Amino acid sequence: MATALSVLQQHLLNDFQRDLPLTPTPYREIADALGVDEEAVLSHLQSLQTGGVISRVGPVFAPNRLGASTLAAVAVPPERLEEVAALVNTFTEVNHNYEREHRYNLWFVLTARDEARLSEVLAQIEAATGLPVLSLPLLEEFHIDLGFPLRWED
Amino acid sequence: MPALDDIDRRLILATQAGLPLTPRPYHTLAEQLDLPPDEVMRRLKHMLDRGVIRRIGVVPNHYRIGYTANGMTVWDVPDERVDELGERVGRMPSVSHCYHRPRHLPDWPYNLFAMVHGRTRADVEREADRIAEVLGAAVRGRSVLYSTRILKKTGLRLQS
Repeated sequence: MATALSVLQQHLLNDFQRDLPLTPTPYREIADALGVDEEAVLSHLQSLQTGGVISRVGPVFAPNRLGASTLAAVAVPPERLEEVAALVNTFTEVNHNYEREHRYNLWFVLTARDEARLSEVLAQIEAATGLPVLSLPLLEEFHIDLGFPLRWED
Repeated sequence: MPALDDIDRRLILATQAGLPLTPRPYHTLAEQLDLPPDEVMRRLKHMLDRGVIRRIGVVPNHYRIGYTANGMTVWDVPDERVDELGERVGRMPSVSHCYHRPRHLPDWPYNLFAMVHGRTRADVEREADRIAEVLGAAVRGRSVLYSTRILKKTGLRLQS
């Protein structure tokens, strides 16, 4: 459900998805750029975060640079989806898990400390579910994630 | 892959759920981690320069601001052209991520993935058609997989 946002909040969401200053007072720099006081920036960011409009303010890590990662897909019989999703989610190595409309209906990202642990988790999921898991590791990334331009409805 | 040392890992663990919303967030972190504030900023900068960190900033929750149509567009293009085509698709403003991934024949013929977020499925379909135009005759197969439910979404969880 879309949340009504003030113009200041829209700027906070859209204009500062990257390049948060690595200086002692980054929020004051945002405030200066927007012509408001630092207190307003902090309280708006806090309420956007509490309300779930933003996930966080902070670094976005590249999973493939922190260990071994892959995108995995499973074709789960629809009646088993809840059970299999719950099982997959028990692994701390799974950070995203989506249901998608396709024969391959369960898609999750696995990040493990190394390739050995990654293979182990994939094998454990296959053994526990009795379903084959497609592992589609990143071969090349074509776009450096610099944030996403948001468009507001008029 | 450049090695991360123990201090980097502690810094990742301490920041993966977000920076403190305090006037001097890096100082707050430095206090929590018992490090000099300069070192916190320097190490974050270094991880950013090395690509371990993609960006530092506000991370919007697309769903909550109305981008509820999330389409994973997937394409079967010749492997020898995937780099050139991926670069072009990755630069399109509507594409948030673009990846080359392996095929798994015969079940999974697609080797190019482009994530598209839209307010409606019609928006995503329109963007997928634009991607198809960019790819031109290279397209041998395509599909869009819409997400219908987020079953788990946590920041990256680095095990300590």
